[in-house]
Amino acid sequence: MELIMQPWPWYVSGALIALIMFIMLYFGKSFGFSSNLRTLCTMCGADKFAPFFQFNWKEQSWNLMFLIGSGIGGYIAMNFLSPEGYTVAISESTIADLANLGFDTVDGFVPASQFSWEAMSNSTNLWILIAGGFMVGFGARYAGGCTSGHAISGISNLQPASLLAVVGFFIGGLAMTHFLFPLIY
Amino acid sequence: MKNLKFLLAGVFFGIIMFKSEAASWYRIQEMFRFQSIHMYGIIGLAVALGVPMVWLIKKNSMKDFTGAPIVFKPKAWSIWRYLIGGTIFGLGWALSGACPGPIVVNIGAGYGGYVIVLVSALLGTFVYGLVRNKLPH
Repeated sequence: MELIMQPWPWYVSGALIALIMFIMLYFGKSFGFSSNLRTLCTMCGADKFAPFFQFNWKEQSWNLMFLIGSGIGGYIAMNFLSPEGYTVAISESTIADLANLGFDTVDGFVPASQFSWEAMSNSTNLWILIAGGFMVGFGARYAGGCTSGHAISGISNLQPASLLAVVGFFIGGLAMTHFLFPLIY
Repeated sequence: MKNLKFLLAGVFFGIIMFKSEAASWYRIQEMFRFQSIHMYGIIGLAVALGVPMVWLIKKNSMKDFTGAPIVFKPKAWSIWRYLIGGTIFGLGWALSGACPGPIVVNIGAGYGGYVIVLVSALLGTFVYGLVRNKLPH
């Protein structure tokens, strides 16, 4: 139990993610999270606006269950599998870089100054959340997959398309972190 | 209920995403600044195990639990959708600190800001569906 309560090292986590991929394949499905976003749009009536959303969403209900489960997993891990006063132990150099951007303290799992309920009363914070989410949703569907579908499943299947998508993920991520963050924060 | 196993797999996945800290905004920042092996180790090991796994499944024509063959649907090659779509995704990944799975994990963990991120991600998906015929693929 003591070991579970500590953050898991990368070599444990990486192996468990591969195990998840295997479990999903054994269940006769492929491991890809972001297609849930399209399914949720269809459930909300998006099929009346674009043919892209016209499909039987019930065939994807297994993946929606996976989505609900991952939220429950986040709840369990946060509340029952983490030590009191848990803070992510990132490297000193990252802490210094973030301090330069105005993140004075590294506290908790994600910065409360950006992601707590209270932080949303600040309109700049709100727009950051809206812009970030929009690009994740738009980009994942445009690229035909996200980190699980391309970086894990796709590259494991040696698909050139997935490798290119991951190159794109990094072009965007590096540009945001190194060029846009100093302008935003 | 036949979908219960997927719910449980999701719970397992959510716990892994949290306990590995792969769903942490801090870790994503650290990754895009190349300041730790942590995220590269996670993704790299998952792929290093995934490649031989997929190879063995194909080589042995493995079946899933229902007895149906496990099939992999390769993505059709093109440049624009993966490069541009991937880049847009990467911008959002770094800005929100979470890809789609971890967005939901963070909501479960109680970070309310990710509810906004999720709703906006649905909006982004919806807009993509509206304009996809006009985009280069």
